[in-house]
Amino acid sequence: MRPLSLAVVETGSANLASVLAAFGRLGVAAVPTRDADIVRNADRVVLPGVGAFGDVMQRLSARGLTEVLSERFAAMRPILAVCLGLQVLARASEEAPGVAGLGVVSGTVRRFPASSKVPQLGWNRVEPDPSSVVVSGGHAFFANSYYLESVDDGWTAAWATHDVRFVAAIERGPQLACQFHPELSGPWGASLLERWYASC
Amino acid sequence: MLARRVIPCLDTRDGRVVKGVRFKGLRDAGSPVELADRYQRDGADELVILDVSATTDERSHALTTIREVRRILAIPLTVGGGVRSAADAGALLDAGADKVAVNTAAFYSPELIEVLARQFGQQCVVLSVDAAEANGAWRVVVRAGSEGTTRDAVAWAAEGESRGAGEILLTSVDRDGTQSGYDLRLVTAVSTRVGVPVVASGGARSGHDLLAAVRAGADAVLAASIFHDGIASIAQVKATLRDAGIEVRP
Repeated sequence: MRPLSLAVVETGSANLASVLAAFGRLGVAAVPTRDADIVRNADRVVLPGVGAFGDVMQRLSARGLTEVLSERFAAMRPILAVCLGLQVLARASEEAPGVAGLGVVSGTVRRFPASSKVPQLGWNRVEPDPSSVVVSGGHAFFANSYYLESVDDGWTAAWATHDVRFVAAIERGPQLACQFHPELSGPWGASLLERWYASC
Repeated sequence: MLARRVIPCLDTRDGRVVKGVRFKGLRDAGSPVELADRYQRDGADELVILDVSATTDERSHALTTIREVRRILAIPLTVGGGVRSAADAGALLDAGADKVAVNTAAFYSPELIEVLARQFGQQCVVLSVDAAEANGAWRVVVRAGSEGTTRDAVAWAAEGESRGAGEILLTSVDRDGTQSGYDLRLVTAVSTRVGVPVVASGGARSGHDLLAAVRAGADAVLAASIFHDGIASIAQVKATLRDAGIEVRP
């Protein structure tokens, strides 16, 4: 079987319709799957994520996807992680103490302070570090209660502020992880998806 | 810092957009896909679709409408109307909604909010509160504005938040469709009581009304008639907000 050009990982609770529609508007056929072999072999993978850290890690593990995803990151193969998809790259999250994330990055995922409006629901300004290639500055749509606080060497970050400054996105070559939803971020988000897809 | 959101609302019935006054006297206002596309091009930050179908037959068109709108829509989509169960919500999300709004069913079975928040995440669950003023307080109104209750609307919004609603869509039944301005006291009462975002709805006539609602504490402002009828465009009302120093998405 020919590898898929773009596989979208079914994480269970995630709503995939918006991601599939966004790539459809770019003329790209994105195929949802939960099959570890298909995810391993696909040219590009999208790891979406809506719901809870613990649930998603449990489902990824049950489907044999944690190793496949970790290997893909280690091998620098193309992948786009969205929202909770970014958070599960961390070692751990305050949302699910004791549950191990993929550990691709070393930072911890924290909850926004109690004094903030939580969830952060709306459009916030994304400010990329100067060495960013794929992420540009603009307004992005966020829907999150937790955030990644720091960035490892080897990744380039973009930042946003919701009372605290947090990681809006990290990129390294064909690998991009966004706390915001590019598929819901209007023309700015569409151009980001297009650049990521073309960069792989 | 979060930009304040401007949200056009499409009330749909039998696959068409309709609009009434105080939830009554519905008239045709166009095609959902055409309006959704026009509004997103004009700078809408989000779209709300509330299905006001009266019969199961009419409601059967709702999922088709959601699928068609999703295909063209690159901004968040909230859908409500007749959501009674996790299965109803799941069907709307599969069809392309990003958030689901619950109203009457959640009022009579508040545990529905918890079920949805657990299954789909808090950011996915919008509690729609329709409120009517009576003697200086606000009472919850259900069944599309047709059935009054004795429940305090501010207290109900707070209970909804504690049960897991990630946003409150707050509509003044008294102002809906009247273009007499938002009920600003209601907006302030709810937004100071809850920690989740509050969307003000009901009564917008101009960009200045939207500005007043933001100043009263709204995180987002929803309007229908003024956009459908061309009284003001989304770009115009966002310019009014921007000129007043409110951050909006360009």
